[in-house]
Amino acid sequence: MYETKYHKAASVQDAVAALSGASEGAVLAGGQTLLPTMKQHLASPSDLVDVRGIAGMQGVTVGDGTITIGAATRHADVAGNADVKAHIPGLAALAGGIGDPAVRSMGTIGGSVANNDPAADYPAAVLGLGATVVTDRREIAADDFFEGMFSTALDDGEIITAIRFPVPTRAAYAKFPNPASRYAMVGVFVAETGGNVRVAVTGAGEDGVFRHDGMESALASDFSVASAAGATTSQEGVLNDMHASAAYRAHLVNVMAERAVSKAG
Amino acid sequence: MTDGIGARVARKEDKRFITGKGKYTDDIRMENQAYAAFVRSPHASAKVTGIDASAAEAMEGVIAVHTGPELKADGIGDIITGWAITSKDGNPMQCGVWNPMVTEFARYVGDAVAIVVAESQDLARRAAEKVSVSYDELPATVFADHALETDAHQVHENVPGNLIFNWEIGDEEKTDAAMSGAHHVTQIDITNNRLSPNAMEPRSAVAVYDEAEDHYTLYTTSQNPHVARLVLSAFYQVAPEHKLRVIAPDVGGGFGSKIYIYPEEIACLWASMKTGRSVKWTSDRSEAFMTDAHGRDHVTTAKMGFDADGKIVGFHVDTIANIGAYVSLFATATPTYLYGTLWSGTYDIPAIYGTVRAVHTNTVPVDAYRGAGRPEATYMIERMMETAAREMGMDPAELRRRNFVKEFPYQTQVLLQYDSGDYDALLDMAQDAANVSGFAARKAEAAGRGKLRGIGYSTFVEACGLAPSAAAGSLGAGVGLWESAEVRVNPVGTVEVLTGCHSHGQGHETTFAQLVADRFGLPIDSVSIVHGDTDKVQFGMGTYGSRSGPVGMSAVMKALDKVEIKAKQIAAHVLEASEVDIVIEGGEAKVAGTDKTMGWHEVGLAAYTAHNLPEGMEPGLKETSFFDPVNFSFPSGALICEVEVDPDTGVTEIVQFTAADDFGTIINPMIVEGQVHGGITQGIGQALHEGVVYDDSGQLLTGSYMDYQMPRAADVPSYTVSHGCTPSPNNPLGLKGCGEAGAIGAPPAVINAIIDAIGTDNLQMPATPQAVWTALQSAKMPMAAE
Ligand SMILES: Cc1cc2nc3c(=O)[nH]c(=O)nc-3n(C[C@H](O)[C@H](O)[C@H](O)COP(=O)(O)OP(=O)(O)OC[C@H]3O[C@@H](n4cnc5c(N)ncnc54)[C@H](O)[C@@H]3O)c2cc1C
Repeated sequence: MYETKYHKAASVQDAVAALSGASEGAVLAGGQTLLPTMKQHLASPSDLVDVRGIAGMQGVTVGDGTITIGAATRHADVAGNADVKAHIPGLAALAGGIGDPAVRSMGTIGGSVANNDPAADYPAAVLGLGATVVTDRREIAADDFFEGMFSTALDDGEIITAIRFPVPTRAAYAKFPNPASRYAMVGVFVAETGGNVRVAVTGAGEDGVFRHDGMESALASDFSVASAAGATTSQEGVLNDMHASAAYRAHLVNVMAERAVSKAG
Repeated sequence: MTDGIGARVARKEDKRFITGKGKYTDDIRMENQAYAAFVRSPHASAKVTGIDASAAEAMEGVIAVHTGPELKADGIGDIITGWAITSKDGNPMQCGVWNPMVTEFARYVGDAVAIVVAESQDLARRAAEKVSVSYDELPATVFADHALETDAHQVHENVPGNLIFNWEIGDEEKTDAAMSGAHHVTQIDITNNRLSPNAMEPRSAVAVYDEAEDHYTLYTTSQNPHVARLVLSAFYQVAPEHKLRVIAPDVGGGFGSKIYIYPEEIACLWASMKTGRSVKWTSDRSEAFMTDAHGRDHVTTAKMGFDADGKIVGFHVDTIANIGAYVSLFATATPTYLYGTLWSGTYDIPAIYGTVRAVHTNTVPVDAYRGAGRPEATYMIERMMETAAREMGMDPAELRRRNFVKEFPYQTQVLLQYDSGDYDALLDMAQDAANVSGFAARKAEAAGRGKLRGIGYSTFVEACGLAPSAAAGSLGAGVGLWESAEVRVNPVGTVEVLTGCHSHGQGHETTFAQLVADRFGLPIDSVSIVHGDTDKVQFGMGTYGSRSGPVGMSAVMKALDKVEIKAKQIAAHVLEASEVDIVIEGGEAKVAGTDKTMGWHEVGLAAYTAHNLPEGMEPGLKETSFFDPVNFSFPSGALICEVEVDPDTGVTEIVQFTAADDFGTIINPMIVEGQVHGGITQGIGQALHEGVVYDDSGQLLTGSYMDYQMPRAADVPSYTVSHGCTPSPNNPLGLKGCGEAGAIGAPPAVINAIIDAIGTDNLQMPATPQAVWTALQSAKMPMAAE
């Protein structure tokens, strides 16, 4: 690892100031992605600004038809949170299926969403539920946030402070883990909110998480396992690598959608 | 006798391992220690046209940067292989030259180009990045079945067409005749997937040069420190043997990968002399994936002929074995004498013939990995039996029984003579334990849940206890394959056993002590096992090929015989009795039929005070023995696997796994079960999960656990393990060896179960969900359901 300067931010303003003062600063959250990258000499930020100590970025708040999760909230805390379990059980289950206990005890929702790994789980929930990404300076709709593999609408030095989820009528996530990494090889989040159906697919897209229009309209007209099975998943733009061909991944999209629909009830 | 042979004694060494107090090579810190990092080729095949180390050398804290040509100029020798193979045309094999560090051509991704020595590990690694190497990229040859094509890039100038040897075994004419007269011939085309060994502890070396004494010490992760010292001295010219001490302290797993002497150890020793500093290098996991010798990697076409009763009449094999960029220490023996000699499997086959073509490619060297050749043989034969049974409409278990070897000793058509066994009994035992008669009901129940349930068999025999020396030598081995032991009784009666074997997970500190406990009726706590240090222990051959029991323990038994004789003479003298009346048991020497006794500690004391010894007897109580068996030992087993496949996703779940093995005598059933469990899990890893993948240009795609899947606890069921016993007649304890059995027997059982479940054998390992799903898609016409 190259030398870097560590800052522990006490507030969001603090963190923003530390970032803007650095030549090449990076937010440090759970460090589950950032630190391994640094150890492998693939990243060498001049400054690390740790946001885990910022009280306003922690925990779950229930609003009027919404659940807001602080960006520095760890996966394990989302998985075990009574409000999340009561209002969006599919989201709690998703968090509980990320990595292993060590990863869930360190990794955060903000870090996962900011990183936008094409195989990460959270982006499927954020996009599938039509959540809002709240930053230190603005609010970004999920549909505008994810811009492709490892790329988001965040500006340099912009910090995610929270994610605000609308409480759905029903929602669920089904994940087919990559056999080696256990990240999503295909993950499908289905949600019906206020009569509106959204389906987001992670792990399968060359450009990262995407909405499955065909599946959405099929489920909008009939929210059933059979219509999930019947929807066509095009292989265009679907990842093709040594773990799964585009054909296999496209097939798994349907299978996972069926399972998600069945879980959503 | 609570601690003796056959007792389920908890492992003595586990206290320090479980509490994190083991002492591994990387735990060793020398005064004046510096750290090494290697500059490695990012190309699979390239000519090095220049190395500019000035930026690295200018960094504060960087001690030196040295390159391959400098190492060669200092007279350090090329890395050798230990077993010479002769091609079927009578020509000796042709091996590419392996310079410990690249002198001109880099031949795989990870090939070491330079060594950087610096004040810290982090600094050494950063400096290594600053060494600028210019490469002219060349085409790369990557895959076994492409290496022999005319358009394949030639990896070494002196190895035309990349063919190292074309070896044959068996009788071609007889086999051809048998095959042409066969009632039915089954052909299979299979690959044996390439594996990365993944020992929990990565390789490490600490090289210490003492200028005043002109002496070297190497602490390293070795399965066989004496062999390491021998080759470092005799072939790599690091130092003469008496000026080189090799210590292998606690070693966290080897699976074969720590038998070999790698470039890094050689370079560290040399760099220690060059810099006057102790030099430590510890591999990280990425380097381990890139540079630890891989295992397996065969492409095979095999044909088996049967008569109308399903009796095998002939067997014909054609294998291409990928040896990688360089020929590692056992790399030539593994796909020949540890593979072709096992082609008869558990079966009476009257005619066998086959060839093995070993090829160079631009990939990391491939060498012995748990089972070494025998898993490849077993996988081929047992898949053959499955496919043949399906084609002939026979029950696969019945086809096996019809062909089992039933009388021992049995001379195969491929050199080996099996000493003992009872294959029918093992299959009976496994079938009972697996409740095979209830399978149809289980399959129907699974179908109700939308799952495809299948059952798969594997019966295997392996040759263990690598030996005997003279036979191995006549087949080209460069070393003897005996083992040594010294038993020292201390003046207070405690006992030290010095063994040439090396424990890196096997539990020798417990099982070897059980032998002594058993012999003299001592608690195992008063016995200690000394191994892994060439200055402490007499020459020995180390641990691999399940040899520590059959060969190493046999040497201990012989040394114990000598100690017992002398102890009885001393006791007889002191107790004024006849030697033949002395019995040693329960920690005492007794005169049979009397109440005259002396404690074991008193025997020890008498030996060392020497106040009252028989006339002419030398003082002391310490004996050495070397054991060289007359034959291999032949463990065997029957394994039955049941799987459920999810047809929607291709996911295979192993729902039941049963093993019935014959390891001869068992010293410690708990440790044997542990070895079997680990071996089966590794075999399941090969069958379902693991597979090294290089792309067409020779880049390693499975360079981390993000892409290389190891079996996890959740991937395997609880195993049902049982044992039959036909003792080996070729060693004093009747031991056969258990270290590799699971890894040898398990893969075909798993794959055959999947084949049974999905109704097609169009499937290669690893049977990942994608592979199984694809096979299901390709199976247009499923086999008739039973
Ligand atoms: C072994 C292992 C298994 C894993 N398995 C899975 C899995 O199955 N599914 C899955 O989805 N993920 C998985 N992960 C990733 C894990 O979920 C990480 O937590 C996640 O990728 C990053 O979160 P983090 O809090 O650790 O962020 P960090 O590593 O600290 O940061 C990641 C990136 O996000 C930036 N960042 C962090 N927080 C913010 C913020 N608030 N605002 C702006 N930028 C920010 C950082 O600067 C950095 O660029 C796994 C990780 C490991 C190590």
